[in-house]
Amino acid sequence: MNELLHQTLSGLATGGIYASVALALVMIYQATHDINFAQGEMAMFSTFVAWMLLQLGWSYWAAFAATVVLSFVVAAAIEWAVIRPMHNAPELSVVVVFIGLLVIFHSLAGWLFGYTIKQFPSPFAADAWYGSELMSAHEVGAIFVALIMVALLFSFFRLTPLGLAMRAAAQNATSSRLVGISVGRMLMLGWGLAGAIGAVAGMMVAPVVYLDPNMMTGVLLYAFAGALIGGIDNPVGAVLGGFIVGVLENLLGTFVVGTELKLSVALVLIVGVLIVRPSGLLGKKIVTRV
Amino acid sequence: MKTLLEVRDLHARYGNTQVLHGLNLDVAEGQVTALLGANGAGKTTTLRALCQLMVQTTGSIKLAGEAIDTRNTEQIARAGVGHVPDGRGTFMALTTEENLRLGAFSRPSRDGVADDMEKVYQYFPRLRERHAQQAGTLSGGEQQMLAIGRALMGRPRLLLLDEPSFGLAPLVVKDIFAIMRRINQEQGVSILLVEQNAKLALDIADTAYLLETGRVVLSGPSSDMRNNDAVRRAYLGE
Repeated sequence: MNELLHQTLSGLATGGIYASVALALVMIYQATHDINFAQGEMAMFSTFVAWMLLQLGWSYWAAFAATVVLSFVVAAAIEWAVIRPMHNAPELSVVVVFIGLLVIFHSLAGWLFGYTIKQFPSPFAADAWYGSELMSAHEVGAIFVALIMVALLFSFFRLTPLGLAMRAAAQNATSSRLVGISVGRMLMLGWGLAGAIGAVAGMMVAPVVYLDPNMMTGVLLYAFAGALIGGIDNPVGAVLGGFIVGVLENLLGTFVVGTELKLSVALVLIVGVLIVRPSGLLGKKIVTRV
Repeated sequence: MKTLLEVRDLHARYGNTQVLHGLNLDVAEGQVTALLGANGAGKTTTLRALCQLMVQTTGSIKLAGEAIDTRNTEQIARAGVGHVPDGRGTFMALTTEENLRLGAFSRPSRDGVADDMEKVYQYFPRLRERHAQQAGTLSGGEQQMLAIGRALMGRPRLLLLDEPSFGLAPLVVKDIFAIMRRINQEQGVSILLVEQNAKLALDIADTAYLLETGRVVLSGPSSDMRNNDAVRRAYLGE
C-alpha cells in the first residue's frame, strides 16, 4: 500500500515535468497548429546553458533566470528566422524543419558540452520532504513549479489584453490584423514563452534523470502523450494529461508491465486516445453556426 | 466638403489575376458612400486593397491626406480604418465580449473602452444578452452586429462594411441598416459600404459609385444614381 502511494506521488512529480513540456507544445500548437518536435531538445540545450552558468560560479537562481530569459529570446528568434519564412510551406516541410531543429540542437549540445552524463543541482533541499519517506523535496518542488507556471499562463491568457490578442491571432489571423494585432509578433511571443517553459522543465527534470543530450527524448514522448490526452488545444487539459501520464507510467511500470516497457505505455496512450477521443479529454470542439 | 479617403489609380491583383484597373474614389468626411456593382465587379477587392489584405496593390490611397498605401494591414487598422469583412470575421471560440475587447486592442490607452462597449451594447442590445456566449453560437445577424461592434471599438474614422446584408433575413437587415445610419450620424463615422442590394445601399448612402469589372463606370449623389436609367435597369430591376 505504501509502495502504491509512493509510486503515485513520484509519478505526480515526473508528471509535473511532462505537464510543463506539454504546456510548451500546446503554446506553439495553439498559435500555429504545428507540433514542435524540437521542443525537448531546445529544453535540453537550455539546461546545458544553465549548467554552464553554474560551472562559471553563478548562483542557482541567477543561472535559472538568465536561462529562462535567454531561452525565450532564442526561441523567439527561431520563429522569426526559421519558421516565419515557412508560413506558406506545406505541412510536411514544416515537420521536416522541426526534425532538423531537433537534430541540430542535439548535435550542438553534444559537440559543445560532450555526451558524458552530468549532475545538475536541484534548488530544493536534498533531504526528504519534512522527514517523509514518500516524496523528496525536489519532487514536491517540481510539482509546485509546474502548477505555478500553469497558473501564471492561465492568468496571462485569460486576464490580460496581450493574452487575449495571442488567442485571437491563433484563431483568426485575418480578423486579428483587421483589429490591429501584429500576428507575427504574437507568434514570436508564443515561441518565446514555449522556449522559456521548456527551459524550466529541463532544469526541473535534470536533477532526476541527469543531464546529457538524450535527457529529453523520452520526456518529449510522454509530454506529447499528455498533451494529446488532455487536449492539444487546451493548456489546462495538457497539464492534467501530463500528470495522468506521469502517474500511469509509474504505476503500470512498477506493477504491471515492468520498467522496460514504460515508454511503450506512452505510445499506447497516444494511439488509444487518438482512436477513442481525437480531441482529448478537455479538447474543445468549437461550436459554429452558419 | 472635406475628403477623408482619397483613392487614385488603384490597381489590385491576386497573384497574376488583375481585379482592379485604375480605380478613383473619394469618401467625404461624415458621409456614407456606397460601392455598387454585380458579383465579381471588384467591390470586396476594393475594400481589401484599402487595407492591404490578401491583395497586391499599386496606386495612391490617402486617409485624411496621409498616404496609407505603404503600410501593412495592422498599421492601417491603427490609423483609424475599421474593416467589417465579408464573412464577418468572428473569433468563433471567444466570447462575444472578448470579440468586442479585441476591437479596442489597437487603441493607445484603455481609457473609454468600457464606455464604448456600453455604446455598442446600446446599439445592439442582443449582444449584451449574449455577452458571455461563445461567438460561434451567435446567429448570422448577431455575428454581423458583433463585427460592426468590434470595428466600432477601435474608434475608427472610416468604417468599411462588406455586404452587411449578406445571408440575413430582411427584417434583420432593416434593423442593421437603421443602426448603421445612426452610427454615422451620432458618432460622425464616415462609412464606405459595399452592397449588392443597390436599393438598400442607395437608401442609406449620400454618394454612390458603380463598379464594373474593376473600374468605376458611374458615380454621383445617390439621388442622381437612383434616377439613372442604366442603374435602374441593371441594378434596381425596374
